[in-house]
Amino acid sequence: MNEYNIREMIQNNKNNKSTKFIEKAVPTILFIITSVSILTTIGILYTLLSETFIFFTRVSFIEFITATEWKAFSSNPSFGIIALIMGTLKIVVIATMVAVPVGLGAAIYLSEYATDRIRRIVKPILEILAGIPTVVYGTFAITFVTPLIREMFPGVSLYNAISPGVVVGIMIVPMIASLSEDAMSSVPGTTREGSLALGATRLETVFKVILPAAASGIIASFVLGISRAIGETMIVSIAAGSTPGADFDLTSSLQTMTGFIVQVTSGDAAFGTDLYYSLYAVGMTLFLFTLIMNLAAQWITKKFKEEY
Amino acid sequence: MQLVDKDQVAKSLGGRQLLNKSMKFLFLLCTLVGLVVLVTLIVDTVLDGWSHLTWDFLTSFSSSRPESAGIYGAIIGSVWLMAVTAPVAIVLSVGTALYLEEYAPKNRITNFITVNISNLAGVPSVVFGLLGLTIFVRQLSLGNSVLAAGLTLALMIMPVIVVAAQEAIRAVPSSVREASTGMGATKWQTVSRIILPAAIPGIITGIILALSRAIGETAPLVVIGVPVSLLVTPNGVFDTFQALPMQIYNWVKMPQEEFQYLTAAGIIILLLILFLMNSVAIYIRNKYSKRF
Repeated sequence: MNEYNIREMIQNNKNNKSTKFIEKAVPTILFIITSVSILTTIGILYTLLSETFIFFTRVSFIEFITATEWKAFSSNPSFGIIALIMGTLKIVVIATMVAVPVGLGAAIYLSEYATDRIRRIVKPILEILAGIPTVVYGTFAITFVTPLIREMFPGVSLYNAISPGVVVGIMIVPMIASLSEDAMSSVPGTTREGSLALGATRLETVFKVILPAAASGIIASFVLGISRAIGETMIVSIAAGSTPGADFDLTSSLQTMTGFIVQVTSGDAAFGTDLYYSLYAVGMTLFLFTLIMNLAAQWITKKFKEEY
Repeated sequence: MQLVDKDQVAKSLGGRQLLNKSMKFLFLLCTLVGLVVLVTLIVDTVLDGWSHLTWDFLTSFSSSRPESAGIYGAIIGSVWLMAVTAPVAIVLSVGTALYLEEYAPKNRITNFITVNISNLAGVPSVVFGLLGLTIFVRQLSLGNSVLAAGLTLALMIMPVIVVAAQEAIRAVPSSVREASTGMGATKWQTVSRIILPAAIPGIITGIILALSRAIGETAPLVVIGVPVSLLVTPNGVFDTFQALPMQIYNWVKMPQEEFQYLTAAGIIILLLILFLMNSVAIYIRNKYSKRF
């Protein structure tokens, strides 16, 4: 029998030249890979900021934020971002009105009422719904939801805010439902059982104990859902039309910030024109909106988190 | 001593339970909304597109005449696109996740990287399109090639895979890790031979789900300027290409009614591919996930 000196073997393993080299090199390589995520952020900021800056040397910043007309394609163009923001706002408000009650209701059902079996059936369905490409949702909006709405309300035009708004809402339901359900499920069972033992019904437990305890996570899920709705592109490009306007009309064609970017880039925006640079100014505004929403969601989760 | 007025409770109990029951029903309805939409969407699409799902449709290039238009170029293009996106995204994300979970010191920089990744996950895809258009298409002069679009999509799905991979790595119990170190393995030996193999099912599931998001993503491709009427398939990553979701988007915008059926047929193909990818992901998750 050979005598193995374990300590020696470990020492050999550690002193082996290639092992030593790998141990030193790996963290460095991995750090370089990790820094790509930082570079991506820098790339986005650099792209948006530099081109937006050029845009504002041609069109005044004051006009951009105060004018109420967006006529980028006109020979006498006007760049009032408010018109595009209004378009986005209409979609987001309708989507939120659909997604928040439905998403929260589904989350309450899954977390507090459903049996394990029902949960095992429903959750994959929500996952499938979350994985459907937005171009498919957009087609669904224009070929199914819009005709349905126009049948019920004949005054609505082919392109309107209601149909894409509702469909964007449906698109973010799975996200709100699953994040809210996570928040509610993480309320400890003892809290829930304490409430039930005092004679509260399930419903009273939900509204007086679970929802307040999970509020931070639930509100964060709403904010993230809204942020997703702001950035949603294909549904509004397909079903909302391309007529920017700073009005409150939900029944006629409109344009969102994302819709404008798609409209310009699907045509040939000649490099160096005002139209080309306006693309980045709109992109910057869009980026800022979603960034603020995402930071708000993170802040809410951190600040109001209940510790058990 | 009577602490609870029993009669009082009994009187209100019926109403409270009724409210509980009716609200439970309402919550159930909310849950069913998703199912109803999914079924409606699929039935509507299949009814419209089924008759156009022919062999000719699968093997023809796009055309301005609906009766001879097909989806061959778009399918091949999407495969090329994924062939670029997948390896780039996998190397970037798994590397990042390994660094953050195993090597990163607990300091401000690491914290910043983590926050940055979760913010990247929230950036709208159309903004990634602008990044791709400016950096890859214009500044690196890649044009609207497979490479430019693939890199853009890879950066876009990276945060999703990183988070999934981090969770998978974190789920490997520390006892396994300590056992390896206790046997005299170095850090990298532990990571590459113990932790990665244990975490790989979770990582692969995350990768497939992220790729199935990338394959249906349209907005960045529109911004980059991926063409919709090509009669060739790419021969390399520097060639331009068509993509499945772009083709669907192009058809749905067409005024002729015939194109609406082609749209539906295209969507059936896209959904079938997604269904297949998701099934594989679920299969891997169930089959290979280890319980310690």
